Amino acid sequence: MHELSIANSVLEAVRAEVLRHPGAVPVKVALRVGELAGVDSDALAFGFQALTTGTEWARLALEIQRKPRQHRCPVCKTEFLVVDYNCICPACGASRTECISGDELELAYIELEEP
Amino acid sequence: MKRVAVERKVLSENDRIAGQLRERFCAHDVVCLNLISSPGAGKTSLLERTLEGFPTGERVAVLTGDIQTDHDATRLARFGFPVRQITTGGACHLDARMVERALEGWRLEDLDLLLIENVGNLVCPASYDLGECAKIVVLSVAEGEDKPLKYASIFFRSTLLVLNKIDLLPYVPFDIVRAREYARRVHPEIEIVEVSCTSGAGMENWRQWLRFRRQAAQPISP
Repeated sequence: MHELSIANSVLEAVRAEVLRHPGAVPVKVALRVGELAGVDSDALAFGFQALTTGTEWARLALEIQRKPRQHRCPVCKTEFLVVDYNCICPACGASRTECISGDELELAYIELEEP
Repeated sequence: MKRVAVERKVLSENDRIAGQLRERFCAHDVVCLNLISSPGAGKTSLLERTLEGFPTGERVAVLTGDIQTDHDATRLARFGFPVRQITTGGACHLDARMVERALEGWRLEDLDLLLIENVGNLVCPASYDLGECAKIVVLSVAEGEDKPLKYASIFFRSTLLVLNKIDLLPYVPFDIVRAREYARRVHPEIEIVEVSCTSGAGMENWRQWLRFRRQAAQPISP
């Protein structure tokens, strides 16, 4: 249950971003969470709510964008979605392919109400 | 309403500190390894076996993380190498800040191996970079062989899988062939060693892996 720590880090990141837009009120924050990030969306949403309810952040909504695991073939450059852990290139059959997304835990955007 | 794109990792503060730690480790040619497993898979036993095999004066130190108690530090300190307990007081993982604090007062120039035993948990520690050179996941045969599929994140991010307690294989329904296959399905490049900290079986393979890792980190002599 590290989602509470992660929710806290999200709020810290929002706080840092808001400082760059004086007077603006953040109303929504969106995250990209890869399927390999080891982060549970429900627990994260729950932790986020627990941290914001009854505070100045109470109106801040959280959007979680789940990102599937995507690989690229170093031989033929094909990019493909990994389903059921099958990392073999569907185009040329190469077995060693590289992960290009699916393990991210990033902020995507913040929506601000400006004064 | 204004939408601002933010290119920033959620754990960027942790990653920043981890990056500083990694630079310090590299500057002093210290190999830092982050050991992760569920509770009871044998991280502490693996460290005990590892430390007992080192000669006096080996340049090794250990940080060991637990939610409560300093039992592990006590177990590990008897081998005579520097050991510090990190008690997280509830947190289910170590983060880079805890490691940074725990290192205070230690001279990295006196070390070339730092072993970090994370809090027993297969989920949360996967998200937190500690500045390590490699993550090592320990899985015991007393658990299920499908753990790599259920906890893909940690197996995906680990360089080495240590399959522990292989002395129990005759007594448990663990399918070791499947376990290897599942781990490689999640992470095709993962290296695997099989050991028993109780009988000592396979320990030489683990020590050899450590030696390679440490040799690779040493500057090439002119």
